[in-house]
Amino acid sequence: MLQEQIPDLAKFVEPDRVRREVYTDAAIFDLEMQRIHEKVWIYCGHETQVPKVGDYYTVQIGRQPMIMVRGADGKIHVLYNRCPHRGNMIAGDRKGNTGEFFRCSYHAWQFHLDGKLKNIPMMEAGYKGTRYEKDKSDCNVKRAARVENYRGFVFASLANDGPTLKEFLGKAIVAFDDMCDRAPEGEVEIVPTCFRVIQHSNWKIFLENQLDALHPSVVHQSTGRAAHEVEKEIAKRTKKGEAPLSYHMLSAFATVTIDKWDSFQTINYPHGHCILTGYMGLRPRDPDTLAYDKVMIKAYGQKRFEEIVGVNIHHVLIYPGLSVQSPLQQLRAVRPLGVDRTLTEIWHFRLKGAPEPIYRRSLAYYNLVNSPSTLINADDLENFWKCHQGLSSDAGQWVSFARHMGRDLENDGVVETAPNCGTSEAPMRNQMKAWAEYMRG
Amino acid sequence: MAKLKKALKKLVRRKANGAGIHETQHAIEQFLFRQAELLDGKQWQDYIELFTPDGVYWMPPEPSHTHWDGMPAIFAEDRNLMTVRMKRILHPDAWSQRPLWETNHVVSNIIVEKETADEVQVRSRFHMLELRRDDVRHFAGAYRHTLKRTREGFRIKLQRVDMTNAQAAYDYVIQAWV
Repeated sequence: MLQEQIPDLAKFVEPDRVRREVYTDAAIFDLEMQRIHEKVWIYCGHETQVPKVGDYYTVQIGRQPMIMVRGADGKIHVLYNRCPHRGNMIAGDRKGNTGEFFRCSYHAWQFHLDGKLKNIPMMEAGYKGTRYEKDKSDCNVKRAARVENYRGFVFASLANDGPTLKEFLGKAIVAFDDMCDRAPEGEVEIVPTCFRVIQHSNWKIFLENQLDALHPSVVHQSTGRAAHEVEKEIAKRTKKGEAPLSYHMLSAFATVTIDKWDSFQTINYPHGHCILTGYMGLRPRDPDTLAYDKVMIKAYGQKRFEEIVGVNIHHVLIYPGLSVQSPLQQLRAVRPLGVDRTLTEIWHFRLKGAPEPIYRRSLAYYNLVNSPSTLINADDLENFWKCHQGLSSDAGQWVSFARHMGRDLENDGVVETAPNCGTSEAPMRNQMKAWAEYMRG
Repeated sequence: MAKLKKALKKLVRRKANGAGIHETQHAIEQFLFRQAELLDGKQWQDYIELFTPDGVYWMPPEPSHTHWDGMPAIFAEDRNLMTVRMKRILHPDAWSQRPLWETNHVVSNIIVEKETADEVQVRSRFHMLELRRDDVRHFAGAYRHTLKRTREGFRIKLQRVDMTNAQAAYDYVIQAWV
């Protein structure tokens, strides 16, 4: 039934609300994969995940199993993980090193690391008189239509046409600039552990939560309060009267009140990308920070240093599949597995040239907030699941995004929330606007 | 529960000095079994108190990791962080703790690896079944305990948990110590 309604998808999205089927209908999910994920720029991984020739990581783009591999020429290629012969995946592991070429485990077809055919066993005797005798152009592993690398972050698009990566990212490119600029050497490198967590809810529910500044005070009160109590006890016991910063990162979930969240701002860009400001107080005057500042000033000079550390970002969302916390050097890549199943791949990065304590500071956040034993996301995922379950109800047709609507400040395609409207649902409205544009096809 | 606590105290108070290997083995087995019961019984404070003041609960994401400090970790918690986790779980607004949630630990294959006057290093295998709402999950792997002999009995200096599932994707998350 819904298939017939799909040409009218525009009717599913109104400026302040969205039809529930957008989250729950499998036919719409398939169409999303086709018109959004398998078309736009999707984050594959960081170049330091595959430092050596033949190193690879598999990655899902929409419904397509793909491989990101370091080629013989040092370039990174993104290939479909499918042997052109009988469809076997040519890389069976999640990651590894394939050596100088890929060799299919089924009938031993061999491919160069850029996907070009190297050899087919029994080529002469087996394929005499067949279509392959004259033309073997079908015998290469198919490549992603476009691959681009911005400051080490590798993206692929499965569509031949469309904006360049830089055009697509627009001002949201600050996610990568903010992360890399905070490194004295201007680069980051991957910390080689990936936390993977599956949530039983539609992928959009996760993305909408990322810049929802009202939810932390409601959802994460328990952890915030628990951390605040222990933080105070530690402060009492220690000479300096201070607990490690990691406690503050957690207690902020309770001590930052809704009023305070409202004082932050969201900035909403074309293509559904958004930024939430609010820098989490990561610049205390402790010896670790001061030592880091010194290294940074030496690398960049005082003026540029001030600019870099003055960037005020909590989260950047790159629609439709990447959530970046640049000041803490971590990101979550969102891979839809089905209409009600979503995988997040969570990575941490090291600032090249920064003193060790700076790495450890963001590592604490990675372990406490983003690991599979997360003190924060456990309650988010519980809500996402309940949301998705509730949306199967006939009791209502709409999901509402009306908070602080009508107070947005729009300028040149960029929507900024008005002062003291940080908890606005503008990011959700912005994401659904992009969604509707993409889904028109 | 009071009875269980009393029994545990009595047990860990027993000094292993001069005791034969069988006695050590028996005492350690009893210690590990009681530890499993504390977890399944949600006796979080009693569990935390099994650790030395500088004790650490550690679950590495990969078996190749050799130390917890400065490394990505699924858990790397001292008693302070363990207390945060406990207080969160017990908070009335810990939404994910509202639904039915039970665990069942079985500990076995207990081997004393090293024994000195002050410390015992012991490895074992565990299997935990978890029920959450209507879903069952299994977690299994190896424990490696570094136990300190104290006046109160064994205390955990380091509990390393190498979970066989650690490198797989997590269907939902883990909320308490395994």
